[in-house]
Amino acid sequence: MINIVGKRLWFLLVLWVVILFGVIPLAIFGLKPGVEFTSGSVLTVKFEQTVTESDLKQEVIGTGYPEAIIQQTGGGTFLIRTKELTGEEKTALESALTTRFGALTETEFDSVSPLVAMETTRNTVIAIGIACVGMALYIALAFRKMPNPFRCGTCAVIGLVHDILIPIGVFSILGRTLGWQINLMFITGILAVVGYSINNNVVVFDRIRENLRKGISRDFATVVNHSVVETLSRCFNTSLTTILTVLALLLFVGASIQNFAVVLLIGIIAGTFSSTCIAPNLLIIWEKGEWGGLFRRRPLPAKSQ
Amino acid sequence: MTRRDKTFLAIISILIILALLVVLPINKGILGKRGIQLGLDLQGGAHLIYQADLSQVESGTGAEAVNGAIAVIEKRVNALGVSEPSIQRLGEDRIVVDLPGITEMEKAKKLIGQTAILEFGELMEEGEGEAKWTDDLGNWKPTTAVVDGEEKELTSAHFKENTYVTTDNLGRVILVFEWDDTGSKMFEQITTRLMNKPLGIFLGNQPLLGEDGRPIAPIVRSVITNRGQIEGLSYKEATELSKLLNAGRIPVPLNLIREQTLSPILGSTFVSKSVMAGIIGLILVMLFMMIYYRLPGVVASGALMFYVSVVLAIFKTIPVTLSLAGIGGFVVSIGMAVDANVLIFERMKEELRLGRTLAAAVDAGFSRAWPAIRDSNITTFIATGILYWLGSSVIASAPVMGFALTLTIGVAISMLTAITVTRTMLRTLIGTGLAQKTSLFTVYSGKGND
Repeated sequence: MINIVGKRLWFLLVLWVVILFGVIPLAIFGLKPGVEFTSGSVLTVKFEQTVTESDLKQEVIGTGYPEAIIQQTGGGTFLIRTKELTGEEKTALESALTTRFGALTETEFDSVSPLVAMETTRNTVIAIGIACVGMALYIALAFRKMPNPFRCGTCAVIGLVHDILIPIGVFSILGRTLGWQINLMFITGILAVVGYSINNNVVVFDRIRENLRKGISRDFATVVNHSVVETLSRCFNTSLTTILTVLALLLFVGASIQNFAVVLLIGIIAGTFSSTCIAPNLLIIWEKGEWGGLFRRRPLPAKSQ
Repeated sequence: MTRRDKTFLAIISILIILALLVVLPINKGILGKRGIQLGLDLQGGAHLIYQADLSQVESGTGAEAVNGAIAVIEKRVNALGVSEPSIQRLGEDRIVVDLPGITEMEKAKKLIGQTAILEFGELMEEGEGEAKWTDDLGNWKPTTAVVDGEEKELTSAHFKENTYVTTDNLGRVILVFEWDDTGSKMFEQITTRLMNKPLGIFLGNQPLLGEDGRPIAPIVRSVITNRGQIEGLSYKEATELSKLLNAGRIPVPLNLIREQTLSPILGSTFVSKSVMAGIIGLILVMLFMMIYYRLPGVVASGALMFYVSVVLAIFKTIPVTLSLAGIGGFVVSIGMAVDANVLIFERMKEELRLGRTLAAAVDAGFSRAWPAIRDSNITTFIATGILYWLGSSVIASAPVMGFALTLTIGVAISMLTAITVTRTMLRTLIGTGLAQKTSLFTVYSGKGND
């Protein structure tokens, strides 16, 4: 049988590396929030003639929007992000662009007032907070018959933080390099990962609970290792089928659900790892009171067969 | 096969036929116009959120004012001829207006957001304080009359909602209106006072302009009481104004705080792409299940087909409006839906390895896997519940709500199909020759419990 719990202190190291991987880019680059969170307008136009990004930028700035951000999304299609535009301002901008570059079609227009942006940001933070606390409480409740239900909940939520930090770190880098923005679909993806990650943990913990009841070993670590190995193929298979569908979405649809699909893809892979290697190992470390081992030069010899 | 299995099998067959009948009607598409409703992002249209300014409204009557505004917007939108518009209240003082398939955006916005009140004014004397309106003719102030000892401004609030447009005997377009009781009394006083003087008409803080581009300000020639007419508008403008006046006045000022418009061209390409993604995803998942789990995998694929048709039938009956994200949620749920099956099959394999018979393994697999299936799926419900709240709270984000809803329905149905369809189909297999070949269950004899 594979020994997953034996290297638990190494997995803990991986956890720290991942947390740093998520936190460092986040601290340096931050995230690039979309209009939903910052307010403003995004006008998507498609020109019939060839237009260069720099010419367009010059024209938009000349029309009175020095802060405008222009992004080409393929073909003659451009995103023009400005402060919040009124109907008249938008019409004026479009006619100025038509005069300079010829006929254009407006394919999309998205405008958010500062009030709405502020409330959306606030509610997003509340939603993610409630989700994390709610999941911890739920696990504690579902596993109330385990010796320390709150430890299960906490370990699952640490795994959860790992799972959402990775996509956040990746998006921080993608925001810096490719200009990817955080929108509501990104948040949707994050919350879906929250549900998915805990779902995996429940399956593993459920098996631990069952094996404890059966009393397959006196050693908690052995019980956990058995349980993780027994649920391994389930965790991989379900992740694989879900990844297959997410990949189909990403490759065939892309566009506005690209953010969502990428978050989900990264989150599912992270979740499979954390629910098999991180959360159960954390639980052992906690149950065995090995926290001190983290600070010693040599990790305690892990007992397992 | 027990009697219970036969009953289940019959129920499942009936359900699948019903679902297919709902999903695949003759001469209608699966998605689109007469099939499952598509969201704004897929068929194009506008999503507008207005904030009502309740600062001028007496406290306690805010809700009434907002509901009044909604009723008026409904009438105006109907006059616009949009099919299946949706006008809803969001929270205390916001109104969400969804106009699928609309193309003349600016016109629609103008029509919806207008407070639409005509105000009447009289010219001011030199040095008579601050003017409310100014145009070529001079400075104007609201014209007033005293009714029941109270000085009131004359506005179209006193029109009866039966204005109409016609032409007079000279062929000029006229907008005809009738005053209500108070309006009649006021207009009598005012026309008496303003004899041979102009009466200014203003709309939305601007002078009402005629077809010739000049302000409409008729000279009062006689004392008028119960009715009046406005000349000089083009036929089109007069008709629109008449519709607005008849739809009634929006009782509170509205500010547009969120606007999202999408062209229909953009959306239609996504529909075919997402259907493609769904089909490819489904095929990949079924292939994987059949290759990995063999016979149970075939059973799971059958259950998955059942799952897809039942979920689509539910979307259509409730009905759930599918946005791109909603379809995304459904496609992802196909991958997640096999989870319950995977849990059960893994359990069955363990039981078979222990040397149990297929019948015993199936029953043990289901009963042992059930707590994990139940407890793990509840986490998805918690997440989608929170998402739905987030989506519905500030911005009425159809994509977020749509995703939450489709994933919730998907996960719930997948639990049901796993414990009914897969189970019944597997139990039906018991007793056939297939059940003796454990290799079909990817458990090989000699490979015991490791």
